[in-house]
Amino acid sequence: MAVTTIAPDRAAAPPQTAREPFWVRLLLIGTALLFLGLFLVVPLLAVFTQAFEKGVAAYLEALREPEALSAIRLTLIAAGIAVPLNLLFGVAAAWAIAKFEFPGKNVLITLIDLPFAVSPVIAGLIFVLLFGSRGGLFGPWLAEHGVRVIFAVPGIVLATIFVTFPFVARELIPLMQAQGVDEEQAARVLGASGFQMFWRVTLPNIRWGLLYGVILCNARAMGEFGAVSVVSGHIRGMTNTLPLHVEVLYNEYNFVAAFAVASLLTLLALVTLVLKSVVEWRVLREQRRGGAGGGNHTA
Amino acid sequence: MSIEVENISKTFGTFTALKDIRLSIGTGELVALLGPSGSGKTTLLRIIAGLETPDAGVIRFHGEDATRQPVGDRGVGFVFQHYALFRHMTVFENIAFGLRVRPRKLRPSNEQIKTKVMDLLHLVQLEGLAARYPSQLSGGQRQRVALARALAVEPKVLLLDEPFGALDARVRQELRRWLRRLHDDIHVTSVFVTHDQEEALEVADRVVVMNEGRAEQIGTPEEVYEHPANPFVYNFLGNVNLFHGRVDKGQARLGSLAVDAPAHAGGQDAPVVGYVRPHDLDIARSRNGEPTIEAVIRHVHAVGPVVRVELERRDTGDPVEAHLTRERYRELDLRAGEQVHIKPRKMQVFAEDYSI
Repeated sequence: MAVTTIAPDRAAAPPQTAREPFWVRLLLIGTALLFLGLFLVVPLLAVFTQAFEKGVAAYLEALREPEALSAIRLTLIAAGIAVPLNLLFGVAAAWAIAKFEFPGKNVLITLIDLPFAVSPVIAGLIFVLLFGSRGGLFGPWLAEHGVRVIFAVPGIVLATIFVTFPFVARELIPLMQAQGVDEEQAARVLGASGFQMFWRVTLPNIRWGLLYGVILCNARAMGEFGAVSVVSGHIRGMTNTLPLHVEVLYNEYNFVAAFAVASLLTLLALVTLVLKSVVEWRVLREQRRGGAGGGNHTA
Repeated sequence: MSIEVENISKTFGTFTALKDIRLSIGTGELVALLGPSGSGKTTLLRIIAGLETPDAGVIRFHGEDATRQPVGDRGVGFVFQHYALFRHMTVFENIAFGLRVRPRKLRPSNEQIKTKVMDLLHLVQLEGLAARYPSQLSGGQRQRVALARALAVEPKVLLLDEPFGALDARVRQELRRWLRRLHDDIHVTSVFVTHDQEEALEVADRVVVMNEGRAEQIGTPEEVYEHPANPFVYNFLGNVNLFHGRVDKGQARLGSLAVDAPAHAGGQDAPVVGYVRPHDLDIARSRNGEPTIEAVIRHVHAVGPVVRVELERRDTGDPVEAHLTRERYRELDLRAGEQVHIKPRKMQVFAEDYSI
């Protein structure tokens, strides 16, 4: 009870920081805004002004040309394969790590972080070394059977999966560890099958964390440049994803088209940020609902 | 349904949680597994439930081997120490869970589920709270939801892990009396784990006192309290005074006291300890010709129905505690610093080398 009666008082008192002198506040807020403006807002505006420099018609034209459409399609394919796979992998890995004790657990956790630690270019090179048709480890054998990985769509998908696989698992592991296994065990005792337990108990408990991980994973999958650049071969209309297409256009001094395509990726980033904020807000609200009831122990 | 625990052993790595436990629980009985932390009581409960598998031994439900039976098929209700309520479900859905996950052929209709859940909410006295979430309930309410959820599947055995452990003292007392009444009404075979001796002695039909993976004593609350089988049980079930001495040919000499110790008749001059509960210790102003131990009163706590007197032995300097009724205390008119004679009314003598 004490907690619930004290909390409103605390909320009513002005926070300590608001008592700083006016000029200090002005300086701090001003610096922060200036920095944000220079490094985030101005570039963002620049992307759109450059994209529309020659009018809306030119903008739309740049997006409608076959090579741009092909790049959009390839990006959607790569993300469409990588995100669901990493969703599955992430849930499975987080489940194993959070709910079971087994030898090699720490090795697995380290391996999941590997793509964060390795430069994307190196990641791309790894796949070239493995699947390159000349000198690659499996490349010649695959080539004999008519499968092309490097400089083709499979390589791009593989590189995308590699670079994005920590996102979902990293998001879920601490969440699932904090939740423990009691609820799952309760479900089993009550007669739920493994699938019912997962579907009715585990999944609802991790749903927001999972969505958060998927959003970040998707953003990275669509925006990845380095690793994909190494394995793609930059074949126009064939193996160019959106970021690669932007580079190609820019190198050809086709600025309007380059920025028009770049604006698509920028929009994707903005949508991602909004979704991320919505999810964060939902999580906070759920925690608050939990916290409010938790303090009231003696009723 | 009866439960037979036959020679169950369990180790976790190098830690031995259970050593050759044997226990038989009758149909409709309410049994407490009592012991300090690390004594293996929760492990035993989880093995009975099927949440752990034993390294050796057999669990029988009503005579049938259930050792390898999966947890969901055992027909047990389990109440977890921290309740483990499904946090994203309402109280109603929590209680209905066990019915909703049944295979389609065995699943009751929505109407039947609703009736059942409402009956259970009535039973645990939470009628108005069906739409709440677990986070909106107090600890005692959560506990009762957990119990209702376990009872919804009509278990043949109800298992409770430290059912009152996370509650404050007043709620604890209310809830354990309520649990006792509930058990008398529905009469399902029940086993609960506790480290609180008062709780075990008050609620259970029989108590299993556990220590370091062994069952030290199994008996009714009266049996284990009045006739502890060994020093561990004596110590664990309440305060006790120790009187060190020696035994020779069935006669124990403890300071200036001489006590018959028929259990040690064969022993030749061995060290022994006499165990006396504070309320079995009498205080007198004079010796009255009987052998007594002289002691000095250090402190008197005269609050409550029992007066606690702290004394110090004159011969050894050891502290001794005695509990008197208020009447006896007024009669004696004791003050701190006074010298008195103490004499045990009842004492149990165990060999000194018994390891606790």
